Amino acid sequence: MSMKDLTPTRRQLLSAIGTSAGSVAAMQAMVALGHAAESQFTGPPTLSGARKGETVLVLGAGLAGLVAAYELTKAGYKVQVLEFQGRPGGRNWSLRGGDTYTEVGGAVQKVQFQPGNYLNPGPWRIPHHHKTLLHYCREFGVALEPFIQMNHNSYVHQTDAFDGKPMRYKEVATDFKGHVAELLSKAINVGSLDDKVSGEDKERLLEAMRAWGALDKDMAYASSLKVSGQRGYDRAPGGGVEGAPTPSQISSLSDVLDSKVWNQMGFFFNYVMQTTMFQPVGGMDMIGKAFARHVDHLITYNAKVVQIDQSATGVAVTYQDTASGATATAKADWCVCCIPATILGQIPMQVNDAMKASLKAVNYSASVKTGLEFKRRFWEEDESIYGGHSFTNQPISLISYPNYHYFKSGPAVLLGSNAGGLGGSLLAGMEPAARLEAILAQGEIIHPQYRQEFMNGVSVAWARVPWNMGGNSRWSDDARKQHYQNMVAMDGRIVLAGEHASYIGGWMEGALTSSIDAITRLHQRAQEA
Amino acid sequence: MTIQTISRHVLAAALLVVGTSVPALAAGPGFKLPVAQTGEEIYVQACQSCHQPGGKGGSGAGSYPALAHNPKLGAAAYPITTILRGRAAMPWFAGTLSAEQIASLVTYLRTHFGNDYPAPVTAEDVKKLSVNLPTSGGE
Repeated sequence: MSMKDLTPTRRQLLSAIGTSAGSVAAMQAMVALGHAAESQFTGPPTLSGARKGETVLVLGAGLAGLVAAYELTKAGYKVQVLEFQGRPGGRNWSLRGGDTYTEVGGAVQKVQFQPGNYLNPGPWRIPHHHKTLLHYCREFGVALEPFIQMNHNSYVHQTDAFDGKPMRYKEVATDFKGHVAELLSKAINVGSLDDKVSGEDKERLLEAMRAWGALDKDMAYASSLKVSGQRGYDRAPGGGVEGAPTPSQISSLSDVLDSKVWNQMGFFFNYVMQTTMFQPVGGMDMIGKAFARHVDHLITYNAKVVQIDQSATGVAVTYQDTASGATATAKADWCVCCIPATILGQIPMQVNDAMKASLKAVNYSASVKTGLEFKRRFWEEDESIYGGHSFTNQPISLISYPNYHYFKSGPAVLLGSNAGGLGGSLLAGMEPAARLEAILAQGEIIHPQYRQEFMNGVSVAWARVPWNMGGNSRWSDDARKQHYQNMVAMDGRIVLAGEHASYIGGWMEGALTSSIDAITRLHQRAQEA
Repeated sequence: MTIQTISRHVLAAALLVVGTSVPALAAGPGFKLPVAQTGEEIYVQACQSCHQPGGKGGSGAGSYPALAHNPKLGAAAYPITTILRGRAAMPWFAGTLSAEQIASLVTYLRTHFGNDYPAPVTAEDVKKLSVNLPTSGGE
């Protein structure tokens, strides 16, 4: 037996700890070994032994409500779900050809996309560390494919940089890096940093700047074949007689600063934006639909909750059928309330004042997402852009290219806006036709093919989504400090859940982790009752 | 398409979205959001998406309050505080709108949509209520 056989691998060690001492110990061990600190997820809840006949009412069939219904049913509870819409999933949503969408204000949009094309108006990308969501995708067999987050060949556009001409990310990012490296090495060489950097580190830093910035032998950032190896060539390398490449010309530091490319470089460093990211094959709503395959029979659709009462022995929720207007009351022993705070804050609910105040303390931000269908994939065919985003300082904020059906002929849908802030609310305040026109006018600055190739489009302004009336939660630091624990604390027989009741606001992972925590505490209390 | 036609087009788009005065355009082609000056421009940029054209409010599973004929605008501190700090689902605009912009906006709201509170609101009024404004965490 060799030493290799005697020394357990990390995996074997973790597996042994996991088997002998449970998942919490395995989790702690993994953290100690420098793994897994990126997620609090330690596995799905393992609730069991609900009292016979004990009932739970779940309000809202978004992801928080769906996971609650699924796991509580497994634990032995009798579950009923009330949902305002006629479909499961909540913000986990895709729009396809034939769908009709009516926004607050009454404007109706009929989606005209060709079969197979879709828009994910809500969540549209899944980080590799959102392990709860990935767990359920795995469990339900939801097929995932890569979501291209970073594309060196997409554009960076600023109306007041490069005369408003969109630049390829690889060009401006390489130039920014090169100029910064040259400046830092100059500062080192003239001794400006002597009090900060020691002799040996100086040498290493210079070495780093030379390599990182693609600097020449004189530590200058200059047009060369070496630099073109990063930012691209004037004539790209080829074969045969004319195979030799020619270098491209770098941009000046001042021009590169105008582009503000550090915003994109920083964006890609964000924890939640880092590769690898995923999307479900066929549309984000595949996840909600997968949950619904297990719990659809428990859901009452088109049910608008109008009042939530509780007593020492149970909950009573009054709801209205949105089609007939008829009211009914559902009763249960417990309630998991997953209605977004925008709506729940307006529903009379018998809970303590602190919980009520928490619903008024969390704000929401709202973006405008637009799906534009074009006759052909000109971004691929003409510009070699396959997935990823082009960024702009125009209100649309970005154009994002589809991560599926590459190279296919025929119509394709791209994301024509993900507009937030004042630019987003300006677009959201317009009627859909005017909104679409503004979005096309901004997009054609980046892709002049827009008008020629455009077929149809649909926009979703989250401020105007009737069943959510806002996009996703946004806590101020002060509100979080004062109200968050009051929101998540169980009050009698009612517990709240949703992305707003998490520190992962605006992400599906937040909805799921919030709900799993809520039902775990509910189950505990039910066992003690 | 020439640069001139692009510029004309962008100008048209800018006019279309703002609907009122001609904003100063950025140097390069493209539509850079103008800094709204008048109360009406600010309303169109920041408020109309929820409170709807004419301040008539909106409804879905819940409702957006109407600003038209709204007696809560009688005391200027109420709308100023609401805009600075947010209220319920409404986001805060501290850090997004300046004190001057908020003053213009509140003055506009108090004198339009059937509201008749003619006393103008000043940036000073807004600044007096601007202590411990909300800040956002890492999200």
